[in-house]
Amino acid sequence: MLPDLPGDQLVEQLRLMLVIRRFEEALIKLAADRDIGHFHVYIGQEATGVPALSLLRDGDFTFTTHRNHGHILARGADPARMLAEILGKETGYNRGKGGTLHIASLEHGFPTTSAATGGCIPLATGAAFAFDRRGVDNVSVCLLGDGALEEGSWHESVNIAALESLPIIYLCENNSLEALGQKAGEYPSSTMAAAPLTDLASIYKMPAIAIDGTDSAEVYTTMKTAVERARAGEGPTFIEARTVRWPGNRPLWPQLLTGETDVAMMWDDDAIPAEHAAWHRTNDGLLTFGRLLLADGHTIASQIGEIDAAVTKLAEDAVQFALDSPYPAPEEALADVFA
Amino acid sequence: MTDILYAKALVQVLRESVEHDDRVHLMGQYFLGLTHHREMMAEIRDNYPERVYYPPIAEVGYVGAAIGAAMAGLRPIVDIATASFIFQAFPQVVNEAANIYYMSGGKTKVPMVFHFNQGIRGGGAAQHSHSPQAMLWNTPGLEIIAPSTPADVLGLVRTAVASDNPTAWVDHIKLFDVTGPAPEDANYSIPFGVADVKRKGSDVTLVATSWMVQKTLAAAERLAEQGIDAEVVDPRTLVPLDETAILESVSKTRRLVVADECHRRCGVAAEIVAIVAEEAFGDLAAPIRRVTADDVPVPFSPPLEEYIEPTEDKIVAAALSVTS
Repeated sequence: MLPDLPGDQLVEQLRLMLVIRRFEEALIKLAADRDIGHFHVYIGQEATGVPALSLLRDGDFTFTTHRNHGHILARGADPARMLAEILGKETGYNRGKGGTLHIASLEHGFPTTSAATGGCIPLATGAAFAFDRRGVDNVSVCLLGDGALEEGSWHESVNIAALESLPIIYLCENNSLEALGQKAGEYPSSTMAAAPLTDLASIYKMPAIAIDGTDSAEVYTTMKTAVERARAGEGPTFIEARTVRWPGNRPLWPQLLTGETDVAMMWDDDAIPAEHAAWHRTNDGLLTFGRLLLADGHTIASQIGEIDAAVTKLAEDAVQFALDSPYPAPEEALADVFA
Repeated sequence: MTDILYAKALVQVLRESVEHDDRVHLMGQYFLGLTHHREMMAEIRDNYPERVYYPPIAEVGYVGAAIGAAMAGLRPIVDIATASFIFQAFPQVVNEAANIYYMSGGKTKVPMVFHFNQGIRGGGAAQHSHSPQAMLWNTPGLEIIAPSTPADVLGLVRTAVASDNPTAWVDHIKLFDVTGPAPEDANYSIPFGVADVKRKGSDVTLVATSWMVQKTLAAAERLAEQGIDAEVVDPRTLVPLDETAILESVSKTRRLVVADECHRRCGVAAEIVAIVAEEAFGDLAAPIRRVTADDVPVPFSPPLEEYIEPTEDKIVAAALSVTS
């Protein structure tokens, strides 16, 4: 199923998913040639982030994590300035002070990005507190991984959100399972006694919904209800979006184990390689989204090919821009401690 | 100038902050601890109930929420109550608030104040007697104020509330009973980084902050009876620190004693004496002395507590040892 949106908006969502995919692939390729440090990619979760964050508007805040690239790109950030930040360049969103873990862009609604597990949860709750007390109808979105639910900050924050009926959506992207586990119906985080994870929110008396994070329609509909509820002052919602961990995320450093994505896999089954065939056929939400767009006649293969060529070029240009950009002057290290 | 109680000045500056700026919200309620003065907070609670938030017992949650709220348009003054509880909130104070502006490359401001009551309060034992200001001082990105008089709490908190940076307000319940002159001008404020010479003198420089200023002023009077003319310098803010005022005083008196309620190792005193040793070694006519809490957890039993505490007697003895 597809989100209930006009075709042009759906095609735009596919474009954003491809921007994220090509960006992360370009980053992994770049890291093969040079040491750019540890980083985390969003491949395999595009069908969650893009439809979910498409519901936000100016003034809404999103708090993300170490795995932030896809979220910020989904809100329209410039891939070139993102990559420049990841390489520590002067032209990066944060002039090289943050790097991959801390990309922040106020103009896209990302005031700060905490890479301390669970660090974003109190902050996101506090932004919702401010929206509530200021009487504006903005919402705060707290993106977190399943591991963050193991932190005490989760319980302290969600209690406050529930008691104060704050306008916040806790969107947990559970990518902890591999395909076999998903088929077996296993969903808890590997080191969490509570199961299902929605129990961790429902005890605080708020809607707690588990969805298939690769099903863009389910993501969009559930998130839409949650955002509307928050804007209306009806309080927080917890959503667990279950996605299958991309095989390339299994190693400590991401690797293109499934190869660079061939969009032809959306319409040509012969394009799907034998290795990781299940991933390409059923677990990759981006490919699924493209197939649904084709099936419903919102686009045609040649249009997807054109979009893909354009975003691939965008990613390549971003790499070149980041590589060509200067580092900040060393003494800049001493600036920006205080406003 | 009229005389005013410190606790009253504290409530006054909180009330005015709430009154003058819609963005100011109080989060937490133990600004005056469990002292009998706490009832004075009722005037803010009753007049501005929607501006005073009573959080659950959840320091990492509500202190972190204050930080998030500061990024989203409020200017919270968050009360952590007993300073030792800041450790429950440390991930948010130290790893989020202090870093946000820097990590964002100078884009995202965190205009807020963290208030806590630090120090050896009498019977607090090991888990309610901490002076975390040295740990916070070792955290770039936090401004730190440590008022010691009614006038200073008025002037420094006004500046802190107006500041666009996260500011730690080091407070002490023993200060609440101090009475002193305070300017009636509602616009009176004290710029950060400007020390106050609380007592002029020529024989020895005594540096202290917060409650230790009051003890040091008393010690200075006793020293005067013995013919020692001590100068008491109160930096008032640790970040930024008025190094010049300390160095100028030391160059005049050539002797330095620093009184500090932190533990000895890596305490506030350790940093101040390091600056003087680096910048003014040639001015010194005697070794520098530190009067601090000993490097043990704070004990409960009164004689044990007094034994490890930086007392007036110890300040007098240290000053005599460098002037004799």
